[in-house]
Amino acid sequence: MAVRYLAAGDRCVVAEFGKEIDAAVNKKVHQFNHIVKKRIKDGIVDTVPTYRSLLIHFDPAVFSFNRFVNELKDIEKTLDSAELPPSFIATVPVCYGGELGPDLEDMAGLTGLSVEEVVRIHTSVDYLIFCLGFTPGFPFLGGMDQRIAAPRLTNPRTHVPRGSVGIGGKQTGIYPQESPGGWRLLGRTPVKLFELREGDTPFFPLKPGNYIRFKPITLDEYHSIKEQVTQGEYQWDIKEYSAD
Amino acid sequence: MPTLKVVDKGFFTTAQDLGRYGYQQYGIPVSGAADNFAHCMANFLVGNEAEEATLEITMMGPRLEVLKDTLVGFAGFSLAPVINGQEVDSWASYKVYAGDKILFRRKQKKGLRFFMSVAGGIDVPLIMNSRSTYVRGAFGGFEGRNLMTGDVIDSGQYQPEDFIEREVDERQMPAVPSGGVVEVRVVMGTEEDYFTDRGIETFLNSVYQVSIQSDRMGYRFEGETIEHKETFQIISDGIAPGGIQVPGNGQPIVMLWDRHAIGGYTKIATVIFPDLDIFAQLVPGNNVKFKAVSTDEASRIAVAYSQRCSQTSVRLKSK
Repeated sequence: MAVRYLAAGDRCVVAEFGKEIDAAVNKKVHQFNHIVKKRIKDGIVDTVPTYRSLLIHFDPAVFSFNRFVNELKDIEKTLDSAELPPSFIATVPVCYGGELGPDLEDMAGLTGLSVEEVVRIHTSVDYLIFCLGFTPGFPFLGGMDQRIAAPRLTNPRTHVPRGSVGIGGKQTGIYPQESPGGWRLLGRTPVKLFELREGDTPFFPLKPGNYIRFKPITLDEYHSIKEQVTQGEYQWDIKEYSAD
Repeated sequence: MPTLKVVDKGFFTTAQDLGRYGYQQYGIPVSGAADNFAHCMANFLVGNEAEEATLEITMMGPRLEVLKDTLVGFAGFSLAPVINGQEVDSWASYKVYAGDKILFRRKQKKGLRFFMSVAGGIDVPLIMNSRSTYVRGAFGGFEGRNLMTGDVIDSGQYQPEDFIEREVDERQMPAVPSGGVVEVRVVMGTEEDYFTDRGIETFLNSVYQVSIQSDRMGYRFEGETIEHKETFQIISDGIAPGGIQVPGNGQPIVMLWDRHAIGGYTKIATVIFPDLDIFAQLVPGNNVKFKAVSTDEASRIAVAYSQRCSQTSVRLKSK
């Protein structure tokens, strides 16, 4: 499918690569994001990669809409030969079940699997981070095994604790902040997906185009990691990603 | 340097600058001054760059005590600043001295948000390259919240030669907000093809009223139902400033300063950035009509607006 360039007001362009959730389409978005920022040094204010499109904020004092789209089209021609920087995979420790994962038992019932199998399936996939958004640090993940898909709760919770890991329909995700929510909660992670560290430095362990893998931990480990996070001593396990 | 003391917080005042760009890819909203022109003018009036933070005052102003001699600037229509009991003009700056008292009188039906600057800028920490407050995320500005009684407002350094009273050239000023139907210019899309011809006609020819459910994140409108072809949902996509989402109820929502970076509703059109300043002044019950402009016209309006938002719109006081 040809890339569509759509005007979003007087200073934003959406480069649309498709209308589906697809890892290959998403990869093009991240490639394009990377080379556009590399090639256009002046006049780009910000970019927002999503599942299947890239929103680009440009400076209208530098480019008219038409000139900017022409620049993008030129860059698009080199897209297939564009190198992507390496991707990374971050391990997210999760304590499954019990008070921290109140819906795990129900999930086993709904899927016809044992509790152990649900956890094993959930922790055996490298999930692609298609994009982040909705709330600070919220990852939209792809790759979940559909054997553990389950409908959202008919009665959403008014308070889902920060770090809750859940399944809603065909998706799995992590709540970076306390919020209302209707996903079924399998467990909780003690780590933070967004924090301002000393000197107000932002820290985002998860980046669009990278991967995560969930790792089961015990309740004791949960509390020990939580303490390290509070003390600012927790070290994330983030490695270069290779597909095999 | 401690410069102002908050004697009474008023209603809702936050520190804002030009916005927090570069972090939308992590889901961080842009935030920033709701009325970009007024924010820029407030800064230029006291010799600051546009990047400095100002106070965005919503509805009712705070009462302030000056702790250190400085220059303060006022921009907006909704309030009348009062220095030591004497009402002074907005769109101008004033020398104030330690012990002076500043308060604001409300002017009815003349907008919602008002901007106040201090020479050197409001000195709050730079978080992700911005001083803007994002209250929902509890970061930026004054500890991520609105101003509280008892707060002390610090200001940055400034050059003594900038200690000069200035005023905004009235030819560059926006129209005074009125209670009539306000025209807002939009570029159609990005999902106009999700709407029927009748839906688009309804959108461009009806009057929409600002709903009570409106805030810095977005303004909801009530009016004629805008008809979709089939679905009102899309695979979540980036939201530009001024993006007009139309969910299943057919009522438009204009996404504004504290919007999410990504959303899953169809967007029929996008308000052009220069006209977002109008939204800063709209209150529930106000009426708007959306007018489509081409991308060429939008680009021309954007260039003219950038020129208006420059130092040249501010001059030394004429007397």
